[in-house]
Amino acid sequence: MRTKKVAVMGLAVTLAMILSFVESQVPAFVAVPGVKMGLANIAVVFVLYKLGWREAALISLLRVFLVSLLFGNFASLFYSLAGAVLSLAGMIALKKTGLFSEIAVSVSGGVLHNVGQIAMACLLLQTDVLRYYLPFLVLSGILAGIVIGLLAGVLIKRIRLEA
Amino acid sequence: MKKNTILRDAALILVLLLVAGTLYFAFSANKEEGACAVVLKEGEEIGRYPLNKDGVFSLNGGSNTLVIENGYAWLSEASCPDKICVHMGKIHLNGQLIVCLPNALIVTVEGGDDGGVDIFS
Repeated sequence: MRTKKVAVMGLAVTLAMILSFVESQVPAFVAVPGVKMGLANIAVVFVLYKLGWREAALISLLRVFLVSLLFGNFASLFYSLAGAVLSLAGMIALKKTGLFSEIAVSVSGGVLHNVGQIAMACLLLQTDVLRYYLPFLVLSGILAGIVIGLLAGVLIKRIRLEA
Repeated sequence: MKKNTILRDAALILVLLLVAGTLYFAFSANKEEGACAVVLKEGEEIGRYPLNKDGVFSLNGGSNTLVIENGYAWLSEASCPDKICVHMGKIHLNGQLIVCLPNALIVTVEGGDDGGVDIFS
């Protein structure tokens, strides 16, 4: 299982990076910055359910560092990191309660990711006028989280790692 | 058990929707016509332009260009490669924003002291 786990995690982080890259190529389509699908979270939610929270955290943080290094800049690392850390904390906590499905877990991740990014932007730009975007970003996090949760749910059910 | 999970999921999503709605009315639902475009750089106000005076202004040492026309404000040019702020459209209501992250620049609309918003409120 150990070798297999290493292979699965390698695939997951690769997939998360590819999905991030694909998403970065799609132009922003709304007047609110930060609205996006968060496709890479499919890989993170999958790993969270299949391998555990430590592995999911590792995948998510590795993705953030690698993607910022390859396609982003120093500032984008801060925004991604704030979103990823808050999102991971929420998803791990919600999954631990055992009360919710992967849809709610993914929704909490989507919303907290956006909240983390706005908080980081307020910090870096030293202003709170950005709170104007907060309701739109919470809403977009909910919608994106539902879609990502449904997709991850299918993968969690269909792909068996034990065999 | 499966059914309960779906209900709890739905409850959580509903709560978050209510949060979004509350935040909207608290922060974003202001439909008042603004009087001034205010330019912020790292939290400091670096310029204030009345919306009733048309003009083209160079901001932040030329990194962005602000246009004011017919009561609307927008950024027509930016030095960054992605030009997100240029595509963010035109603003005219209090609290609306245009953000240029690479240049740490924010343009927002306020009632302003010389806009006479207090006369109406």
